Amino acid sequence: MHEWALAEAVVSTISRIAANKNVRGIIDVTIRIGELQQIDLDAFKFALEQLSGQYSIHARFEFREERAEFRCRVCGETWPFKREDLDPDIREAIHVIPEVAHAFLRCPRCGSPDFEVVRGRGVWIESVRGGE
Amino acid sequence: MIDPRLSVIEDRLRGVSKVIAVSSGKGGVGKSLIAATTALLLSERGLRAGLLDLDFTNPSSSVIMGVGAAHPIEDKGMIPPEIHGVKYMSITFFSGEEAMPLRGGDMTNAFIEVLALTKWGDLDYLIVDTPPGLGDALLDLLKLIRRLVFLVVTTPSKLSLETVKKLLALLRKIRAPVIGVIENMLTDATTSIGGEVERIGARFLGSIPFDPGVEGALGSPKKLLETKFAKKLSEILDQALRIT
Repeated sequence: MHEWALAEAVVSTISRIAANKNVRGIIDVTIRIGELQQIDLDAFKFALEQLSGQYSIHARFEFREERAEFRCRVCGETWPFKREDLDPDIREAIHVIPEVAHAFLRCPRCGSPDFEVVRGRGVWIESVRGGE
Repeated sequence: MIDPRLSVIEDRLRGVSKVIAVSSGKGGVGKSLIAATTALLLSERGLRAGLLDLDFTNPSSSVIMGVGAAHPIEDKGMIPPEIHGVKYMSITFFSGEEAMPLRGGDMTNAFIEVLALTKWGDLDYLIVDTPPGLGDALLDLLKLIRRLVFLVVTTPSKLSLETVKKLLALLRKIRAPVIGVIENMLTDATTSIGGEVERIGARFLGSIPFDPGVEGALGSPKKLLETKFAKKLSEILDQALRIT
């Protein structure tokens, strides 16, 4: 359940920001979730809810999902992440450490493993706003 | 945009008393072997030891340790398996036998992910097998694990010594603590570079003679601990860990 570890990171970060800025009340948090990490959103939401209680913060979460896109550094080809084409073990490995994609994916045009993840890698906090 | 993973790295290492980075200026000096054997020797002495292989583009500690089918357990993070008493984490659990060419930014992201998700629990020592050289990877580690102390490995070769000098100069400049320098694979005592190391102001911890018996012990921690190499390293660590 990698979602729990990521949720812990999110809640820990929000807690520190709230403490540093002396934010009280409800905190509005926008989280960007990259497709490559293949987060189970229900599990992630559950973990955020549980952990918010443990950290004594009251947060409202908004989620923005971002499609993953790769660009070949050799030929410039861009292509999307196709989870369904991958073996389940490889999907799981990429879920845990998205950079492992470089061990298994290749540019569909030239076959190079030298590509960049242009967008949609993992979990980011886009904004944290103190509420009422 | 905030990367939330950065805030939990210190939490994940909270139960770890000391984090030792085994580093070298160049590859091929036996850094991974010394890192793995150090963790095994510490565990043999009854200390709680972990080994983290961050040499992502050329991870070899899994071969040295004979990891076999062991795998981390997912439980609100990743709990490393114990190999011969050593908690062990490596990206090879996820990349398998595949080559993994990573550029600087990807390497940084992978470091952060591994550090943010691995739950070490309580350890006396975490030994980190670092990528060789003075590039992005070393700078990332210094930023991500603030209480790293360094154990530097070289061979008697002038080529290795020159890169170690640069590594030590960098570590001195940024005030990173260095336990000392180990000379590995010594074949002729008259060629030892111990004097050179001391002349540049670093602590020379000792030399390990080249041991042809190591090759046959790779993959078996028990056999590895019985090699002349491990026995000499054990003597050196007695001194080195008193120093720390």
